[in-house]
Amino acid sequence: MQYSVFRLLKEGLTGNRGWKPVWREPDPRPEYDIIIIGGGGHGLSTAYYLSKVFGRRNVAVLEKGWLGSGNIGRNTTIIRSNYLLEGNQPFYEFSLKLWENLERDTNYNSMVSQRSILNLYHTDGQRDAYVRRGNAMFLSGADAELADAAQLRKELPYLDFDDARFPILGGLYQKRGGTARHDAVAWGYARGADSRGVDIIQNCEVTGIDIKNGKCIGVQTTRGAIRASKVAMCVAGSSGRVAALAGMRLPIESHVLQAFVSEGLKPVLPGVVTFGMGHFYISQSDKGGLVFGGDLDGYNTYAQRGNLPVVEDVVEGGMAIMPFIGRARLLRSWGGVMDMSMDGSPFIDKTHIDGLYFNGGWCYGGFKATPASGYCYAHLLAKDEPHPVATQLRLDRFQTGNIIDEKGAGNQPNLH
Amino acid sequence: MIINHPLLGPRDASEFAYLGDVGIIDRPTDWQADDSIKNFVEYGYLRDNPAGDHKELWYHEQGDRSWLVVTRNTLTHEISSVEMARDVARSRGRGK
Repeated sequence: MQYSVFRLLKEGLTGNRGWKPVWREPDPRPEYDIIIIGGGGHGLSTAYYLSKVFGRRNVAVLEKGWLGSGNIGRNTTIIRSNYLLEGNQPFYEFSLKLWENLERDTNYNSMVSQRSILNLYHTDGQRDAYVRRGNAMFLSGADAELADAAQLRKELPYLDFDDARFPILGGLYQKRGGTARHDAVAWGYARGADSRGVDIIQNCEVTGIDIKNGKCIGVQTTRGAIRASKVAMCVAGSSGRVAALAGMRLPIESHVLQAFVSEGLKPVLPGVVTFGMGHFYISQSDKGGLVFGGDLDGYNTYAQRGNLPVVEDVVEGGMAIMPFIGRARLLRSWGGVMDMSMDGSPFIDKTHIDGLYFNGGWCYGGFKATPASGYCYAHLLAKDEPHPVATQLRLDRFQTGNIIDEKGAGNQPNLH
Repeated sequence: MIINHPLLGPRDASEFAYLGDVGIIDRPTDWQADDSIKNFVEYGYLRDNPAGDHKELWYHEQGDRSWLVVTRNTLTHEISSVEMARDVARSRGRGK
């Protein structure tokens, strides 16, 4: 079913009785060419590009719960490509380009809104660092724009420019950055993959990975054994658990990241704003709620909830740049499990086991990467070689010394 | 979370800094071994990441600056045992 204005009018005038479920609920077949473990944003995006761009349709996506029940349903929906290092930035710019065409490509309203992202700077040294980052962004073809305090005072007059400790001196804009409707991204990809023959199987937990003579031959699931010549892990926060099924240890720890939403306010925040001296990022949803987040809780956990000290820390970050949010009430907070890697950058790679592939280590930046992650993973699965923008996202980069550490924080996952 | 410090009694987790998987105690001893690069890469970068009981290092930064080995369930945050890291390291043959 193709969505269009005509279709909307027709359904509206006939009582909306013609809408159909947007994907099938098939039973698993005994064998597929490719099994993707994990029906979140990245897994569904991988299935979509495998079927659409690379013509591989004998594919199954296995999801433990329901579609989009993990981090794709619990993030702060920011899209951007404002990285520094050459191992990352071209990849994220590729992703932003895919975002820009996503709705036309999938024929699904993902509410991609390029409302801009602004990283505030508070010292001269930080301004210099942002100028450098802006130049690195240009090199990949991305846009960047430096704004001084005078400009920001006009655009965002309620920021606390004259804070004694962290005065706001300006910011680095990426006007093409913004937000997207996170669930709809998963649903759009699921619908596109399903319509091309991919089996999306929900409530099907992988309980074992079958390896014979060093080659992966399939998986055990709660709905029986399924054979496949290629098995692709794509489970974000659960990477450690699933990789352990294949006897692998990973350069990853799982941490909880909390996010928050306030009561609905009138439109006040045109884009995404981030604090430069603490960890705080905020945008306003189309329903009016301020959506924001900050630091990890900082310890290994698979519980999708955090503790109060971090709630206080995040809110303090918010109060430091926009004191008016102290008048808004917090409606909800929640947590998601982040696959924090040792250098803060992700992996899209083969494993040492033939036929077993790994996608993970997205830290708390996985949402913006959803299109490129799927595209590059599909490229790797279909052609057995990495996509040109993902050649450095290797599992062995710690051994070879080619780490991609944006922050220079070292091998301490809770600092990235 | 409350960490029951063996010397100081129950302390709030926010007084502590978290380092991670207790495997970091077992630093490879022979840096000249044929497989020392592999061993040090595994030591430096690979971590156990279980869903369930996890042994991990916490540092009492805002307190007596001792290192602790805490056994904590990563699904429930329940802490089942707290030991001095010094004792754990010695029992594993470190510090000889």
